[in-house]
Amino acid sequence: MRLNLKASNVSTTPSAIKELPKRFEPALFILPHLIIFSVFFIFPFFYGLVISLYDWHHFFPEQRTFIGLANYRRILFETDHIYYEYFWRGLRNTLTFVALSVPLLVAFPLFIASLINTEPRGYKLFRAIFYLPSLFSIATLVLIWRWVLNTNLGVLNLTLAHLGVGTNIAWLSSQPFAWISLVMMTVWWTIGGNMIIFTAALKDVPDMLYESADIDGANLFQKFFRITLPSIRNQLVYIFIMTTLASFNVFGQPQLATGGGPQQTTTVLMMYIRNIAFGGGRPRPGIATAMAVCMGIIMIIISIAQTRIIKRMGD
Amino acid sequence: MALKKIEQRKKRISFWILVSISVVWVMPVIWVISTSFKSEMEAVSGGLNLIPRDFTLASYRFIFTDQNNNIFRYIRNSFIAAGTHTGLYLLVASLAAYGYGILQFKGRDRIFWLLLSTMMIPAVMNLIPLYAVMIRFEWLNRLTALIVPGLGGVFGIFLLRQFNLTIPKDLIESAKIDGASHLSIYLRIILPLTKPALIVVGLFSFMGNWNDYLWPLIVINDDAVRTLPVGLAIMQGNYTIFYSRLMAATVVSIIPVLALFMASQRFFIKGITMTGIKQ
Repeated sequence: MRLNLKASNVSTTPSAIKELPKRFEPALFILPHLIIFSVFFIFPFFYGLVISLYDWHHFFPEQRTFIGLANYRRILFETDHIYYEYFWRGLRNTLTFVALSVPLLVAFPLFIASLINTEPRGYKLFRAIFYLPSLFSIATLVLIWRWVLNTNLGVLNLTLAHLGVGTNIAWLSSQPFAWISLVMMTVWWTIGGNMIIFTAALKDVPDMLYESADIDGANLFQKFFRITLPSIRNQLVYIFIMTTLASFNVFGQPQLATGGGPQQTTTVLMMYIRNIAFGGGRPRPGIATAMAVCMGIIMIIISIAQTRIIKRMGD
Repeated sequence: MALKKIEQRKKRISFWILVSISVVWVMPVIWVISTSFKSEMEAVSGGLNLIPRDFTLASYRFIFTDQNNNIFRYIRNSFIAAGTHTGLYLLVASLAAYGYGILQFKGRDRIFWLLLSTMMIPAVMNLIPLYAVMIRFEWLNRLTALIVPGLGGVFGIFLLRQFNLTIPKDLIESAKIDGASHLSIYLRIILPLTKPALIVVGLFSFMGNWNDYLWPLIVINDDAVRTLPVGLAIMQGNYTIFYSRLMAATVVSIIPVLALFMASQRFFIKGITMTGIKQ
């Protein structure tokens, strides 16, 4: 019986057997990634939504109680709650950083790119110089800048003193200098990528457009706003959104350079989330996750709004 | 003729503006390098001189010989983590890019766009639950925690797939007619032809992994497996008043990425351009 079956199988469907691996071929290619993606992305995403509904201590499975939306209520509405204070102060600080840094992180590289786009002598070297800092890790960045901004020994204050202006500014421990410092080092650190994208975009703007504008007697500003900006609109949208999202994630600069000070004025949301989830004392992953979910939703809403606004401005 | 003159003038003005901004731009790095060659005494003397008065290699000698200084262990750990991650990611991503770009199967594009749309989800939402997964897998304080989760990244697949789509269909069809399997088409045709894109994706995943700070800060507590960015941040606390040594360590930390950049600058620029015109 058994032998028979086997024999008939082989004899009747040789092509089916050959086909079999073919049908699973796509799986061979996409499954390795899909499995990793599911375990380390899809699962955590939904798991995060779940644990934000729990009161949880120390990541111990047994110290976990379901409390529904109470975490969200606490951080969003209960004004006397400490986590309400952390969340809103952190959000305000993060938004301050976004508002201060994003305009510079878009405008300044665009300015540099339009200079480089004229291809002056040694433009490749300039491009490399402006890109170089983006290779550094955040720790290297802060080591460099803490030394540059050192109150008594830093090159910035020494130069200012040499020029006869400024009296030992405490760049990292007094406001508004702490914000200025954080934005300054971030601009220095990250404009490289945006600059290169802009340079490539500007190269693709047809010279013809500028030439006919010249004939019409357009000035530099008219050419910039009427020709350049509309021509690079797609890249502009992309850079605006990516830069905003990157600035939202700010963590290392204040954590390492200002320690969130003075008086927690630069303690950004990411720092509170990390401290609440993993910090010393009593880690509270549930409420920290609820904060992270709120932060994520705000980021999604803002990037959608930005796309809409910039698209509409162009029409 | 007049146009040419205007062009020349524009170039000259651009050149001088770029020179002046560049000077400001390199100053922090020059200042750091300069301090690293000064003695500790001179570093705290408050002089503005960029050329050390008493040039010394003492700080570098200290960095290389101090028993309590772990910077080379941090660098080694970073190399292991970033290198392994990059190798594995290139394998996983190029396979997937072949699946979504070359193979034909039902629901292919739907799955791919679904994957892409997940890039909208901010990473912060996954941070804490992913840590809980690491606990469950017992991956805390292991380099595995720095190597594996990032292999699920979608952006590299997207870039490689875009590149795959530019490969002439005839090439693949004729290989099929010759009886080549998909595995051999992937190995013999796609991989060699997409080499530039593979280098770009490799560079960016290496740099991303090498410079990552927040995730290693959370999952690695054991100094033996610490990677460079977190290690450096800790050294900043240990060497507080030894500015020259601290700056020597900073210079040492820059050298590996600088070497990588020098060797592959054009790929960096190509890669960033590729990501920017994605829309």
